[in-house]
Amino acid sequence: MKKAAFILILCIGLLLAWAAKDFPSWGDPQSPASSSPVASHFIANTGVDTEVPNMVTAVLADYRGFDTMFETVVVFIAGLAVFSILRGGPKNRTRDREFVVDFEPDLIVTNTVRLIVPVIQIFALYVLAHGHVSPGGGFQGGVAMGASFILIALSWDLKTALARFPIERCFTVAALGIVIYAGIGLLSLFLGGEFLDYAHLAKIFPVSPEMARYHAMLGVEIGVGFTVTAIMFALYASLSTDGRMRDGL
Amino acid sequence: MFEDGSIFNQLLVERLNYFIYVVLLLIGLWAMIAKNNLIKKLIGMSIFQTAIILFYVSIGVKEGATIPIYLPEHDPHGSHAQLDSNQTDLLSHGAKVLEASAVPNYTNPLPHVLMLTAIVVGVATLGLALSVCLRIYRGYGTVEEDELLEKLEREDSRKAGGSNKRRPRRRTPANKGGTAGQSKRGQTTEKTKSDKPTPRRRQASKSRTKTNGPAKEQPKSSNKENDKTKPVKRRRPAKKPKEDES
Amino acid sequence: MGLELFNTLILCLLVVVAVLSLWVRDLVVSAVVFAIYSFLMCLLWAEMGAVDVAFTEATVGAGVSTVVLIATVFNLKRKAKD
Repeated sequence: MKKAAFILILCIGLLLAWAAKDFPSWGDPQSPASSSPVASHFIANTGVDTEVPNMVTAVLADYRGFDTMFETVVVFIAGLAVFSILRGGPKNRTRDREFVVDFEPDLIVTNTVRLIVPVIQIFALYVLAHGHVSPGGGFQGGVAMGASFILIALSWDLKTALARFPIERCFTVAALGIVIYAGIGLLSLFLGGEFLDYAHLAKIFPVSPEMARYHAMLGVEIGVGFTVTAIMFALYASLSTDGRMRDGL
Repeated sequence: MFEDGSIFNQLLVERLNYFIYVVLLLIGLWAMIAKNNLIKKLIGMSIFQTAIILFYVSIGVKEGATIPIYLPEHDPHGSHAQLDSNQTDLLSHGAKVLEASAVPNYTNPLPHVLMLTAIVVGVATLGLALSVCLRIYRGYGTVEEDELLEKLEREDSRKAGGSNKRRPRRRTPANKGGTAGQSKRGQTTEKTKSDKPTPRRRQASKSRTKTNGPAKEQPKSSNKENDKTKPVKRRRPAKKPKEDES
Repeated sequence: MGLELFNTLILCLLVVVAVLSLWVRDLVVSAVVFAIYSFLMCLLWAEMGAVDVAFTEATVGAGVSTVVLIATVFNLKRKAKD
């Protein structure tokens, strides 16, 4: 088995290495990917179309908004699937673990976390809101926010974290994020544009079409942030307790 | 061997980055095929995925270009601030389409966007795969592939034989993870499929977990009701014998 | 022109760390070494100018996915056979 696998990957490796010699060299500005009209269009027109300095955010939330919306749905469905896979099935199969977690929350650790968590959450909100002009956005901010809840669960115990963010509320918040995203898309649909064509939001908000796109992108990122926050925490809570939602790591 | 134009020179000097992506990809692929442990397979899958993401991101690199965020002179907001800070109407008129000569100053943002979402979706799917691993462990007591195949084969042959005699699934010599109580479990509990866990359970719990106080006060014939009322917070009850045969 | 020394160094380290995370038998160690792999990858992307991707990898790859892996190993056997 291992020999067969080795021969197989050796063949694949030779094929790929053979193909690699036709690729452009490192950092070639004339490479097909860099000289494609799509990329050039994004670089040249993002500022005019959306006034967002960070092109990645603009392409993510505006030009390719459909893609990002369904990526968010994928994250949501994955979280739901983890929850239902671990929750269902044979019940009460209480097994012993190799590690016995038997401790009182440590004083130093909990007090440090008590100080750190607000900072992490404010940083997460900053990353989310400031994603237009600096690296960041809904995904990063959402993950940082989810990590703050995971940190609470790690330093106290899962019960403490679940008391602040119950698992039912996790999925409500995650669904709410997608509703926000799709709602902004539908709103622009009802205002006469296409789905996720944010420029038409200028009809009801007192801003120019470009700034409407700018602010709608913020709304979309907030939706993404909600979903990612909730799903990251639900993922941790489900996996560390084997779906029982108690006696976690 | 490394003179100009030879295949080695092309591959190992000029295009070393592609060579290393291929190596990383092969490491991941090899782990997915040949590793025995399912968690190791998943780590291999992540390495595979990261290698592909690395390939995509490196496609967008341009020599001498900066990150895909507008510099102050191209920043639409920056230009307005100089133009007119009072009139908000002028906001949209300040920005101009970037001239073609400035385009090579910025890295290609498109691969970044595609891969950014791929990373987040990657961790979600990794969590999904890990949850499937946990379910497999719940059902079969192992995540090693060979033990798993052996158990599945055993189960299949039992079904194919059509015999009514139910043999416990875990009664395999390959299962080294259990204790001495576990290997005998099948024989003793085969006849008593009642809801009453035998004292064996206590024995197993003593041997496997570092039990604390409440476990020792546990009465001999412990059942589920007792379990719920026990003031144990962190102790894991040991395996119940009867469920091995469901 | 071409690959810089920094990139080459990190690329070689990446291969080493990838092999190491698959080679160790302890799954917790494996997860932690995988976090190192993710962090090196993040460094490489930041150097390539993909700041958003690097940020995402730093939070997701080196942060959450390590925690999720360790949380899973907590419910499984810690030692792997190979």
